Amino acid sequence: MKVLVPVKRVVDFNVKVRVKSDGTGVELANVKMSMNPFDEIAVEEALRLKEAGKATEVVVVSIGPAQASETIRTGLAMGADRGILVKAEGNVEPLAVAKILKAVADAEQPGLIILGKQAIDDDSNQTGQMLAALLGWSQATFASKLEVEGSDFKVTREVDGGLQTVKLKGPAIVTTDLRLNEPRYASLPNIMKAKKKPIDDKSASDYGVDLTPHLEIVKTAEPPGRKGGVKVKDVGELVSKLKTEAGVL
Amino acid sequence: MTTLLIAEHDNASIKDATNKTLTAAVALGADVHVLVAGENAKAAADAASKLAGVKKVLLADNAAYAHDLAEPLAALIVSLASGYDAFVAPATSRFKNVMPRVAALLDVMQVSEIIKVVSSDTFERPIYAGNAIQTVKSKDAKKVITVRTSTFAAAGEGGSAPVENAAAAADPGLSSFVGEEVAKSDRPELTSAKIIVSGGRAMQSRENFAKYIEPLADKLGAGVGASRAAVDAGYAPNDWQVGQTGKVVAPELYVAIGISGAIQHLAGMKDSKVIVAINKDEDAPIFQVADYGLVADLYQAVPELTEALAKLGK
Repeated sequence: MKVLVPVKRVVDFNVKVRVKSDGTGVELANVKMSMNPFDEIAVEEALRLKEAGKATEVVVVSIGPAQASETIRTGLAMGADRGILVKAEGNVEPLAVAKILKAVADAEQPGLIILGKQAIDDDSNQTGQMLAALLGWSQATFASKLEVEGSDFKVTREVDGGLQTVKLKGPAIVTTDLRLNEPRYASLPNIMKAKKKPIDDKSASDYGVDLTPHLEIVKTAEPPGRKGGVKVKDVGELVSKLKTEAGVL
Repeated sequence: MTTLLIAEHDNASIKDATNKTLTAAVALGADVHVLVAGENAKAAADAASKLAGVKKVLLADNAAYAHDLAEPLAALIVSLASGYDAFVAPATSRFKNVMPRVAALLDVMQVSEIIKVVSSDTFERPIYAGNAIQTVKSKDAKKVITVRTSTFAAAGEGGSAPVENAAAAADPGLSSFVGEEVAKSDRPELTSAKIIVSGGRAMQSRENFAKYIEPLADKLGAGVGASRAAVDAGYAPNDWQVGQTGKVVAPELYVAIGISGAIQHLAGMKDSKVIVAINKDEDAPIFQVADYGLVADLYQAVPELTEALAKLGK
């Protein structure tokens, strides 16, 4: 079984983003970029399936600017076999990403596609579900456990009330939640090896996908600020302030 | 122009998330119909029919909708699509799962987790864990929208809409329900609790959550939350997680105990009305958003606080 893992290049999770003063977006110049953390979990899960003999090949695919090849290299350094870079400039919406990924899946015929549940930049939480819809495949989002059962899958999902377990007919889409695994760090020898692994260069037009956004971004603004309040000296003062000043007790 | 609100419910009643989403749906300006999809869900449909602002309730009562499976529920919503211009649902785990599937089947872009309706096609939504607010205008003829319920007031009762049966759509048969582990608790649900007490990594163990956080929460009649670090470490179950990728809450009072205040945690609670932080590190970022900060060892301060509340007759 081949496993396809889409990965996204995003602003590193440690960076505090700043909104541009002209309201056109957030400042991306000279900002550290990394693989979306949920996608790292997706790569890790695919690698574990391969190491357990349940998957034969792990292919990472990224859609974005030329620099997204660095994100693919990160996946290859973790242990993925090869990469596919689909070049696309500007704001590519989840629906367009899903359409490109559908075309990639049609060509690659994976038995499983593992994606991060959401990207930490636009926080959309859509691509996996959309891809499942377009392919007509089963889906299990927010996975905390994934088991292969022949060509089918058993997935435990993190839901609002606790955990839910579903069985998926393969081929299937799984999106990762935080507790699925802890991604490995790439070792130096593997980083060197990754440089020799192949990356296919493609562009969105190769797949005939229209990237015109459906959502027009009118503006981007700072959220209303919240000021810190006061420090209280002890529990007694805290209780009295909550009772008389804040009125919440 | 008609809007279809897909209800969050437990078959017996309508969840608070539905009331809040209704406020957003009404703001779109069109008539609102409510879809209740479940098994033996007549009581929930009847409850929905009493909400103020609802013109009609559709009840799809079928075993296929018993377990929140995305594929049959998406198929049902799409089967109703010709009659509606907008599909609105709360951004709960059920609808985060199903609505993008609906959007892709309709070939439209979903607008995720809106916090404000500017007009019938323009919405505000947070990006980058709430560090920026984007205003987007949808050019799609049919809109698919999920609503961050913490930012909308709950619609009340006062309606008497008719309840009609909706035919089940063909089940794609792609997935099946195996089981669930749902915590039974008498405490209020996080997303509708008026008070929340949350613990962080400094709690050190699940036992300490039970010994320090839960008694304080019970004294306050509060829901119990946790930071991602505490959930990752196994001190608290996943459904307690508050943050960018967990639950987003905005209670009257949020008490953060032993939580440093990482960006992704703040994203889930900074709209709370009053924030209290107890942390022994006086430089912890949580103090930058807290209305009342107490620099103290939580293992002393929390029992003291629980005791002080008991004296108040809590």
